[in-house]
Amino acid sequence: MTQYIIRRLLGAIPLLLVISVIVFIMIQLTPGGPMAAFEENPNMTPEDMARLEEQLGLNRPIHVKYYHWLMKMLQGNWGYSMTTKRPVLQEIGDRLPNTLQLMIAAYIVALSVAIPIGIISAIKQYTLFDHIMTTLAFIGQAIPIFWFGLILIIVFNVWLKNPTTGKPLFPGGGMQTYGLTGFHLMDRLYHLILPVTMLSMFLMGSYTRYTRSSMLDVIRLDYIRTARSKGLKERSVILHHALKNAAIPIVTIVALDLPGLFGGALFTETIFSWPGIGRLFFRAAQRVDYPLLMAIVLINATLIILFNLLADVLYAYLDPRIKYS
Amino acid sequence: MSTTNLYFDEGLASETHHRTLRDIYWGQFRKHHLAVASAIVVLLMVLLAIAAPVATKYTPDKVDFGSRYLAPSLSHIMGTDSLGRDEFTRVLYGGRISIAVGLIATALGLIFGIIVGAIGGFYGGWVDNLAMRLTDLMLALPRLFVLILMTMLLRNANVPWLQSSGGIAAIILVIATLSWMTVARLVRGSFLSLKEKEFIEAARALGAGNSRIIWKHLLPNAMSPIIVAGTLRVASSIITEAGLSFLGFGVQPPTPSWGNMLENAQDEMLKGHLWLAFFPGLVIFIIVISVNYVGDGLRDALDPRKIQ
Repeated sequence: MTQYIIRRLLGAIPLLLVISVIVFIMIQLTPGGPMAAFEENPNMTPEDMARLEEQLGLNRPIHVKYYHWLMKMLQGNWGYSMTTKRPVLQEIGDRLPNTLQLMIAAYIVALSVAIPIGIISAIKQYTLFDHIMTTLAFIGQAIPIFWFGLILIIVFNVWLKNPTTGKPLFPGGGMQTYGLTGFHLMDRLYHLILPVTMLSMFLMGSYTRYTRSSMLDVIRLDYIRTARSKGLKERSVILHHALKNAAIPIVTIVALDLPGLFGGALFTETIFSWPGIGRLFFRAAQRVDYPLLMAIVLINATLIILFNLLADVLYAYLDPRIKYS
Repeated sequence: MSTTNLYFDEGLASETHHRTLRDIYWGQFRKHHLAVASAIVVLLMVLLAIAAPVATKYTPDKVDFGSRYLAPSLSHIMGTDSLGRDEFTRVLYGGRISIAVGLIATALGLIFGIIVGAIGGFYGGWVDNLAMRLTDLMLALPRLFVLILMTMLLRNANVPWLQSSGGIAAIILVIATLSWMTVARLVRGSFLSLKEKEFIEAARALGAGNSRIIWKHLLPNAMSPIIVAGTLRVASSIITEAGLSFLGFGVQPPTPSWGNMLENAQDEMLKGHLWLAFFPGLVIFIIVISVNYVGDGLRDALDPRKIQ
């Protein structure tokens, strides 16, 4: 197993290099970029522009630029944002906790709703409960997440008001109440409710369906019948015997989905003005801020590859029948 | 239902041999009532979009400052927008763009995915290795981020046909580029197991060449999962286009698409024009859930284990 993991990790290196080349070329070929901001400035003469380009290293050929970027990156220097002049890692570090709060909260909500519903749906297959929940799961998967966010704002911010204060029931954006300083748990949770509902909607739908079908596969198996005929309580059969095996594919799917949620968070962060990685990327993309874009895409690609490996390893660990060589 | 059973009853098989596979699949699909109803909804939406000039008396970009921000009423069933344009008309014309983008992007993605998967699965060896490394590479890209970067690149490229009609060609290319990998893996998997079967050996013995075996013998037998994946992919391509356009990176106004109609919806709804945020999203939701149900029905209908 250790050998397998090492081989996969070594294989990830050329993959990441190729990704970095592709993304680098893509961004470099996009017009705009840092010089666009100066083109409108009447005080900038063409000579000034040329000097600035020279200083920023923008007029070098693309492979030279890539080489410089790569060498610095390998030494841990991801460069500076072209718009804020701050180190890229610092920009990302500032926002990462905010995105992680959203993602972790969304996962907790989605899984704690989806798994019990999926289990009950499977046990009571084709009952009214199952039909309603399966339909809701389909709706959750089909609803455009950004539209759902807008609907949440209409209902819980525009329409519904707090009866005592007359203010909107839930905030329509931001991470904390205006004027508040420092971290206040209750205030943060209050601001998390709508964005987390939005972000967890899709996950809830797909995890409910996964849990249901995974449970259905398991409860037909012989060992479950054995457990029942031993006289075990149904509750114990489902929770201790069936769920353990049914959870294996769910764990894998969750591990595979996690890094992709940075993208999903982009919509949530845009709609709810949540200062996270997604919004940072959005702004950087509009200004073709390439050091920042490179860092966000590559870190995310690394996470995708690592979580893929993690999913495979977890799968083998949880299911002893699976062997990698 | 009973007629499908007959087909597998040995004694009667000879009498019913004229029943084609298509009849059997249709018989199976018809049982999934929700899928049939959804197929009708999708069809109606497509027809309405095609018949847009007849279905509405307004034109999509006719500016009328006298009737700005009218709430939904009998004469404007979905209201009007900031320029006094009829929202229902724009939803119809936007549907043409959104549906076309979804269909064409999916078709291109399917073609490319089939080619990559077929070549990899059939030839094996280093060709397969190369095809699968390419697939892994594309799967390791952060999808939404790369979608945005690619549209920015193509949208600003100095290529006229990529820019016309709000840049829909660029959006189609970008979505297709990032949505062929699942199909490539499906096709490769089917080919790996199918190519060892006797009927392939038989075809080869009869003198069939590689390309004939790939396209005439292997591919038709690998179609079921492709059809299901392709159907579901249409829905996700429509959502992807809408999401990109919502963020301002997709189809550019004044060409309407369901996504870019939502672009300024947040400002509009906070100013009280709720309908502008509601209807475009509603139609996306309806077509996506319908296509998903059709895909679900097809999955059941094409599943050989479920044919009784």
